[in-house]
Amino acid sequence: MAQLGGACLILALAVCAYGIGASLYGVRTGRPEWSESGRRSVYALAGILTVAFMVLELAFLRNDFSFNTVADTSSATTPTFYKAAAVWSSQEGSLLLWAWLLSLWSTLILFLTRKRMRDVSAYATAILLGFGGFFIGLMVFYATPFATTDPAPAEGVGLDPLLRHPSMMIHPPMLYSGYTLCIVPLAFGMGALLARKVDAEWIKATRRFAMAAWLFLGIGIMLGARWSYSELGWGGYWGWDAVENASLMPWLCATAFIHSLMIQEKRGMLKVWNVSLVLATGTLAIMGTFLVRSGILSSIHAFGGQTLGVPFVILIGVLILSSIYLVSTRRDMLRSEHRLDSLLSRESIFLANNVVLVGLCFVIFWGTYFPLISEALTGHEASVGPPWFDRYTVPLALILVLLSGIGPVIAWRRATLANARRNFVIPLSFALVTLAVLLATGVADSKPFALAMFCCAAFVLGSVGQEYWRGVRVRRAIAGEPAPLALMALVKRNRRRYGGYVVHIGIAVLFVGVAASSSFQHASELSLSPGQSTKVGAYTVRYVRPTASVTPKYDPVHTGSTLSLGAILDVTKQGKHVTTLTPAEDFYDSGEPAQGSVAHLIGGQPVSQVGIDGGIKRDIWSAIAPDIDTPRLKRIIEIGNKTIPLVRPDEGMIAVAVMAREYMRSPPPAEFHLIISPLVMWIWIGGAIVAGGALIALWPAPSVVRARVSVRARSRAARRLARA
Amino acid sequence: MSVLAAMLTLMLLAAVMAVVSRPLLVARKPEESDTPRRSELEAEREAKYREIRDAELDYRTGKLSQEDYEAVNGALRAEAVQILDKLESSEGGPESSDSEGDGKVEGDQAVEEDRAPDPAK
Repeated sequence: MAQLGGACLILALAVCAYGIGASLYGVRTGRPEWSESGRRSVYALAGILTVAFMVLELAFLRNDFSFNTVADTSSATTPTFYKAAAVWSSQEGSLLLWAWLLSLWSTLILFLTRKRMRDVSAYATAILLGFGGFFIGLMVFYATPFATTDPAPAEGVGLDPLLRHPSMMIHPPMLYSGYTLCIVPLAFGMGALLARKVDAEWIKATRRFAMAAWLFLGIGIMLGARWSYSELGWGGYWGWDAVENASLMPWLCATAFIHSLMIQEKRGMLKVWNVSLVLATGTLAIMGTFLVRSGILSSIHAFGGQTLGVPFVILIGVLILSSIYLVSTRRDMLRSEHRLDSLLSRESIFLANNVVLVGLCFVIFWGTYFPLISEALTGHEASVGPPWFDRYTVPLALILVLLSGIGPVIAWRRATLANARRNFVIPLSFALVTLAVLLATGVADSKPFALAMFCCAAFVLGSVGQEYWRGVRVRRAIAGEPAPLALMALVKRNRRRYGGYVVHIGIAVLFVGVAASSSFQHASELSLSPGQSTKVGAYTVRYVRPTASVTPKYDPVHTGSTLSLGAILDVTKQGKHVTTLTPAEDFYDSGEPAQGSVAHLIGGQPVSQVGIDGGIKRDIWSAIAPDIDTPRLKRIIEIGNKTIPLVRPDEGMIAVAVMAREYMRSPPPAEFHLIISPLVMWIWIGGAIVAGGALIALWPAPSVVRARVSVRARSRAARRLARA
Repeated sequence: MSVLAAMLTLMLLAAVMAVVSRPLLVARKPEESDTPRRSELEAEREAKYREIRDAELDYRTGKLSQEDYEAVNGALRAEAVQILDKLESSEGGPESSDSEGDGKVEGDQAVEEDRAPDPAK
């Protein structure tokens, strides 16, 4: 079947080349049948890549180790759940996933716009196929997922243990969906510039795709943070890692675009800004993929080799140069149709929000690429760490949260100071009460930024709560509905507005979690023997006894580990039992027989299984690093290596079981990492609220009957509007 | 290449060619799409209606004073009328696809929308 997969890629590349040519020929010569043929090439591409992806997925599920990719990233012992996800753990598989998702989203947008924007769509088709062709070209010439080895190895290396986490099943497809969806508005933005049709229509057509890109990227980022928190064993959810930042930058740009496009839709303003944001978002999405796949910057999340750097650099260069060329040569058409009516208007707040978001994006961009910049300028690679990022991003995040509370209470076009003052009473009261309570209780005395964030979040809750309350009141006054029905009707009729408000609440909640967990955290790293205890914040943690399990079926999350060593920790507060934690460290088969018949069974990269007691008020987080280099345990491994042949892994596992028993009999001291973090749960809850709000805003409006409207009816409507 | 793989590849190729070449082989219906100008105007009209609804909602929820609302609303409605006039003239022109009054407008709210700007109804 590898041959079928390889043939699919070549066919897909040919379809891309044909589709680009047909679309451009059609639009340049005014022959729509060729543009239509080009559009259908995208449908065909989606079909071909679906077949190719299925071929690869089946190879993983069937343990077909003749596929090099399968042999390198899966094994017969890898649980089926993770085999399915192993497809995108490899360089080749992830490229295929990228191209496949792009083809699916491209098909959807081109199908939806098949009767509109002929010229813009034709150019967009060519651009989308260009991106598809680029990724397929990488697979054909650099990293094919369908390369085979004959004879096939009997067993594969196995999936990277770090990736054996449930969120890894969803995280990469979400992130890649976000990246590929970012390409859709980019293609239509470029298409609009090429066709010289920069009105609101291309924005209307791609707005939902931009929002979907934002939503998917956001979900991907949150899942990545959750994975980092519960799998990487360092206790954090965000480390300003290059790859984390790479996904955050297009999300920030897309956030700015989602706000500013409303100004273009309503007022015909900010056309240059919007098209620039769209192009920047798409380019940053490509750069995000580049960072993960090129290995150019060191990151715990980077899983690619260094072979793809040059093609990506060329693509990014072409994107940047063509964007600059298109915007500068079309700037006359991109002039604003109106000016700001008032500095006190929602448009102004959106502008301020855009400046902050782009500022944040720039700071993160600088910090992320600083190692490359410093190396280019000085010859020495230097990098900046979390304190550098925090110095700039924390104040900007504060302003951003504050603006997300101000925006909802300011009217479009113009607002009077009197109205603004009246509308700020409730949100300001919320903020001031919060400030007073926190100062009175002394909770946030020494943490001014956390204090400011809590007040800003309270301001947002007051502002959005007031908006909902007033909206429901208006609705009830007019329709006489009970409050729940009025609320539902209000949201249903104004999904974008009220869905957006929910997103603002989610962002405020999320930042409260971030501020609290990072400012008021208690952490301790120490060595404990069974029976010993330590104090972390207000909690006492006692190492009760060690745990050890050997066979995969006892592995708590069934990740396919061969040995799991852990501890039972008893957590008390003021003498009262709070929770029991069971952190562990899993050991995996390294797949390298040269280590020895027993040593290789536990010689792979060890992975933490974190013990967490999560709650609405605080998380108690624990990780263990057991010591398996004690003389007794090493002796068992040495004897096993000498006496057990490599061909008898079952006997090797007996030796591992003996190790486990010895570990339980005389446990050495283990290293523990213990953290008490307040309100971490609020980060995940905030993320879920954001996703919920985005779904409300994305959901199509209630279906309107396709009315047959006569010219006379239009005239009548026009006259009524004029009279009203 | 195995026979099965070769056959599947050929079938895929045939399917691709059928999909891609269809517009070139089948005579195209003369009018199967909205004219570009009309689509633009419809996008503008929908945006304007949304703006009118938003202004009314802002007024009713206390964000716009009566005076400001009247000024904004008047301006918006005048702009909407201009767009409707342009739509009307585009329908009467040579590019019209529904000059007989039977053109389907996706998501059309024209008749409904002259009462729709009341957000609370």
